[in-house]
Amino acid sequence: MQGLEMLQETPSQTAGPYVHIGCIPTFAGVNGVYPQDLGLSPIEDGAKGEIITITGQVIDGTGWALRDAMMESWQADAAGIYPGQPGADPAVTGFCRFAADNESGEYTLRTVKPGITQARSGAPQAPHIAVWIVARGINIGLNTRIYFEDEDNSADPLLKRIEQRPRVQTLIAKRTAPGQYSFNFVLQGENETVFLDI
Amino acid sequence: MRNAPTDLGSLIPRNRAIHPVPYDPDYKTSVPRSPRWPLLSLDSSVTEETGPTFGHNMLGPYDNNLIANFSQGERLAIGERIRVHGRVLDETARPVANTLIEVWQANAGGRYRHVRDSYFAPLDPNFGGCGRTMTDEDGYYEFMTIRPGAYPWPNRANDWRPMHIHFSVFGSGFGHRLITQMYFQGDPLIDLCPIAATVKTRSQLDRLVAPLDMARSKPMDYLAYKFDIVLRGRRQTMFENKMEGM
Ligand SMILES: [Fe+3]
Repeated sequence: MQGLEMLQETPSQTAGPYVHIGCIPTFAGVNGVYPQDLGLSPIEDGAKGEIITITGQVIDGTGWALRDAMMESWQADAAGIYPGQPGADPAVTGFCRFAADNESGEYTLRTVKPGITQARSGAPQAPHIAVWIVARGINIGLNTRIYFEDEDNSADPLLKRIEQRPRVQTLIAKRTAPGQYSFNFVLQGENETVFLDI
Repeated sequence: MRNAPTDLGSLIPRNRAIHPVPYDPDYKTSVPRSPRWPLLSLDSSVTEETGPTFGHNMLGPYDNNLIANFSQGERLAIGERIRVHGRVLDETARPVANTLIEVWQANAGGRYRHVRDSYFAPLDPNFGGCGRTMTDEDGYYEFMTIRPGAYPWPNRANDWRPMHIHFSVFGSGFGHRLITQMYFQGDPLIDLCPIAATVKTRSQLDRLVAPLDMARSKPMDYLAYKFDIVLRGRRQTMFENKMEGM
C-alpha cells in the first residue's frame, strides 16, 4: 500500500509554571530583553466600537483560582472582520495575552466588543472572543470562547451544538455594568467550562 | 456587516491520540486542572483559521541569542554554548513560513529567573531565559543559547525535570497554537520525568528529543541540536469553495 505522505503534529507539553518568562517576560520581571511584552492589548487608540472590560478567574477542580494561568485571546473587530482580512479596523490587532494575577488570580481583558462573524456554512456566529489557556498542569492548551449575555446567541452554530443546554451558560459572560463583564473559566467540576476541539 | 468566509482552508482535526493525556495522576497538578467533560468537537471557522501575524521587523538584533540578549550584547551567559535549529512544517509537509517561535528555559544551573522559582542554584546575572525568532520562507529557524540545567520540582518525592527548552509556536491560525518542550538526546532523566511521560506513546515522545547535530556545530564555539516541529495542516480549499456555492 502507498503511504499518505502526511506528517503528525508535534505533541504538546505543559507550558509549565514559568510560561510568563517566555511569553510575557516583562510581566514576569524579566526586563530589558524586549521593548515590551507581545499582545499587551488587542486594540489601539481609535478602535471603533464599544470598549469593554472582562474580568474573572481560572478555577480548578477544587474551587481554587489559578495564580499562574496565561491566556491568549483572538477576536474580530466591531464589524465582525478579523485582522488581516479586507476592511478590518486597523486599530484592532485582535490578539491579547493576559495572565491571572499572582496574588488574587484575577485576570482583566480590555478590548473592543467583536461583531457578528460568519461560519463556513454561512451561518452567523454570535459575537465571541476565542481564548486559549495554558498553565502548569495543563498538558495541552485549552480552547474555549467567551460570548455575551446581552447579544442574541440563539442561532450561534457552536452554542447550538452543546447538547446539555445548561452548559451553554458556561460560555456566556455576565454583564455587571455598562461595558463590564465577568467570566470565569472553570477547568473542572460543577459548571465546568465547555472546552473545544476545533 | 459581516466578513466573507475565509479562503484559508479549514483545519485538519487534531489527532489527540499523539498528544499528552490531560489527566495523569503521576503529574499531580494535572489532576485538578484537567477537564472531566469531553471536548466539544467542531469544524474550524474563521475564528480558528485566522490568527495574529508578526513581522521580522519586530525582532531585535539579540532576540534569537539567549546568551547575549539579557545584557543586549554587553556580557555573556554562563553555560555550554549551543545552537538550536530546525524546521517548522505543517501536517501536509508544507513549510510554515514567517511564524513566530518563542523559547524559555532555566539557566545552566537549572534555575529560572522567576518569582516562583526558589531552587538554590544561583541566578546568572547575564541570563534572562527567554528568546524569540521567526521561521524564514522555507520554515527554517535557529537561535543560540546555553544548555539548560536539569532541576528538581515538587511532585513525587524526588522528581527532576530533564534538560529542556520550552517552545511556543504560532502557525497561521489561532487554532494552530502549540506549546511544547524540546529535550536533549541521551538525557537519562527523560525516562524518569512524569511530565514527559504524559505523552503515552514512546515514538511520539521521541519526537520531542533533539539529536546532537555535529555537522551544524562550530569547532571551538558551540554544539548544535536539531528540533523540527510540525503544526496542524489545512484541508485543500479549492474544492470546499466550489461546494459552498451548491
Ligand atoms: Fe521548565
